[in-house]
Amino acid sequence: MTAPESPEHDQIPPSRRRFLLGGALAGTAGAAALGLGGALTASANNGGSGQPDHSGGGNQIGHAHGGGAKGPTFRHGSTVDHEANGFHPTDILRDFDYGRTSRTEDGRVLREWDVYASDEEIEVAPGVKYPAWTFNGRIPGPTLRCTEGDRLRVHFHNGSEHPHTMHFHGMHPAEMDGIPGLGAGTIEPGGSTVYEFDAEPFGVHLYHCHVGPLAEHMARGLYGTFIVDPKQGRPAADEQVMVMHGFNTTFDGEGNQLYAVNGIPFHYMHEPVRVKLGELVRIYLINTLEYDPINSFHVHGNFFDYYPTGTRLEPTEFTDTIIQGQGQRGICEMRFKYPGKYMFHAHKTEFAELGWMGFFEVTE
Amino acid sequence: MTTASNPARTWGPALGVVTLIALVLTALAIFGGDTLPDRTGPPIEELSVEQTMLTPGEIALSVRNTGADPVRVAQVFVNDAYVDFSGGDTAIDRFGTETLRLSYPWQSEQPYHVSMVTSTGAVIEHEIAAAVATPRADGGFFALMTLLGTYVGIIPVVLGMLFLPTLRRIGSRGVRVLLAITVGLLAFLAIDATLEGFELAEEAGGAFGGTALVVLGALLAFLALSALDHRLSRGAAERTGLRLALLIAIGIGLHNLGEGLAIGAAYAVGELALGITLVVGFAIHNTTEGLAIVSPLTRRRPSLVRLLGLGVIAGAPAILGALIGGTVTNPELSGFLLGIGVGAIAQVIVQLVPAVRDKAGRLLDPATVGGATAGLLAMYLTGLLVTA
Repeated sequence: MTAPESPEHDQIPPSRRRFLLGGALAGTAGAAALGLGGALTASANNGGSGQPDHSGGGNQIGHAHGGGAKGPTFRHGSTVDHEANGFHPTDILRDFDYGRTSRTEDGRVLREWDVYASDEEIEVAPGVKYPAWTFNGRIPGPTLRCTEGDRLRVHFHNGSEHPHTMHFHGMHPAEMDGIPGLGAGTIEPGGSTVYEFDAEPFGVHLYHCHVGPLAEHMARGLYGTFIVDPKQGRPAADEQVMVMHGFNTTFDGEGNQLYAVNGIPFHYMHEPVRVKLGELVRIYLINTLEYDPINSFHVHGNFFDYYPTGTRLEPTEFTDTIIQGQGQRGICEMRFKYPGKYMFHAHKTEFAELGWMGFFEVTE
Repeated sequence: MTTASNPARTWGPALGVVTLIALVLTALAIFGGDTLPDRTGPPIEELSVEQTMLTPGEIALSVRNTGADPVRVAQVFVNDAYVDFSGGDTAIDRFGTETLRLSYPWQSEQPYHVSMVTSTGAVIEHEIAAAVATPRADGGFFALMTLLGTYVGIIPVVLGMLFLPTLRRIGSRGVRVLLAITVGLLAFLAIDATLEGFELAEEAGGAFGGTALVVLGALLAFLALSALDHRLSRGAAERTGLRLALLIAIGIGLHNLGEGLAIGAAYAVGELALGITLVVGFAIHNTTEGLAIVSPLTRRRPSLVRLLGLGVIAGAPAILGALIGGTVTNPELSGFLLGIGVGAIAQVIVQLVPAVRDKAGRLLDPATVGGATAGLLAMYLTGLLVTA
């Protein structure tokens, strides 16, 4: 029998909780949701493009899907308490954090964010608690978005009991790389630092903690999406972020017991991703899965243009299935031709049946 | 004897001591626990699957918490796919049981790997080597188990007893050799059942003692049969032949209970190769048991009814065993029952040994050593014919 470490965040001293809450209130942008003593949940959720309404109730599930020959499912009637978790996958889907903007002396756009690392106990499947390490109290961390050429300033505060960093994919000086031994190096618990660099190249990237053991620091939940828009922008679309990841709840380092997009397995089976008929849908897709070498994305009843890493404006492929290795990412653009429900899932069906599946619901 | 006339003087102080112990233990339980730190490790979550029942579209697992801490099964996946299930809505306490009913379209003869994810994210695994629809415990099932038990238990034992007239003509030296053979036969059965009992008991979580249960069963059976022997021998000294035969029959009967268990359990999970191999194998194997029962009877002429009675005592428990094995699959219970058989056989061996001695009181002469060896080899070789 394997058993995970006991969750440590129960022992977080009150002073640190205050520190975290203070940070959340100080940050004007970002979806920061921090549990306070398990009773009060502070949730700041502004910034980002318009978010379509969703029913959003913490405990309600739609109709039960699957079961028996009808496919995989969690135990019928069981659901995750999103409110206690402090984040909701349906929100994360279209939550883009553009930061606080101002101008540098030379007239460029300066974007600033506050990002807090913290230890959180998250209900990753109905009834299953996971001692996660998070950015801004959520898995995946906030989607930081900017435009090519912007000056970026990320204020990182480590409220976790473990040392962490923020390592961005992109082009930046070595001392801003967010790895141990370079620049500010490892940020100890209670410590802070500022990562500052220019936004380049345009595309869809990621950031994650780079402290060893690296696999564990990532698998515990320390990753997020980093989007750099091209100067000329991209065509208007219903934009979404999908971070493919997993939870190795036994901590044996051999595969995962749960697979998901945006935090909670099977979530979009209960709450389908609502899209409009004929409208351009743009998915920023990234793979942060640990312990399994590849992940994949497949959509039913449709094809999409694929832009690997999003660093070119011309697609390389028109397909319905793509493969991503660890850290790989890209942009999928599609329009739905017919109304109705269309599945999307890993075409590594094992991952699909362990949670990485969902529905698009196409309406007029 | 003076104290016996005054029970208050004997029991008064004892009662006082018991009361004091109870008080101190209660105080320790209430206050002492706080003086020690909590366990530093993670919760110890263990479930032992005692029974797997497969019906079309459903896998039902009867699980028992054999660990130290309560276990809540939050989700279940089968062969890497999450499944809907019912049962086990709340945490299962230590020694508590629950039946989890998984909705899953299993295919016959396929292996399945059931993973129970607990509330802490730990995974408790259970293998189904090859899925086979679980026989329903209906009339047909009971009839089949009874038939099996009769084939492998009663018939061979009674057949073995047919050697009795032959045995009568072989003289006292021949009888000693025959009894030595019986000792060899029984010794092999005891060793075989002990190993099987240990194997079974280790399979389970060991919450009820595991292998210690096999030893406990053996000791209890040994003591119980010794007491029975003591009772039987009072006032019936001259009927020692029949008494010995009865004890051997009981011992072998308890052993056949274990044999029946194995057969029933193997049938329930579809692992039993039924048919001629099983019946013939057991028949040859257990015929030697019949020989063992009649070996002390060479100087007597027991009635046919008595002989049949002995055969039933030795053989019928196989029926009971098959029924238990086919319906209840608690490995530790099976281990305990096997242990009882071992203890019973050991007691019978102790009973037989005096009769093996020659007039000078020697136990091991070439004839008896040869006999015991032959007995061991006969059981080993006929055991190879048995597939359950």
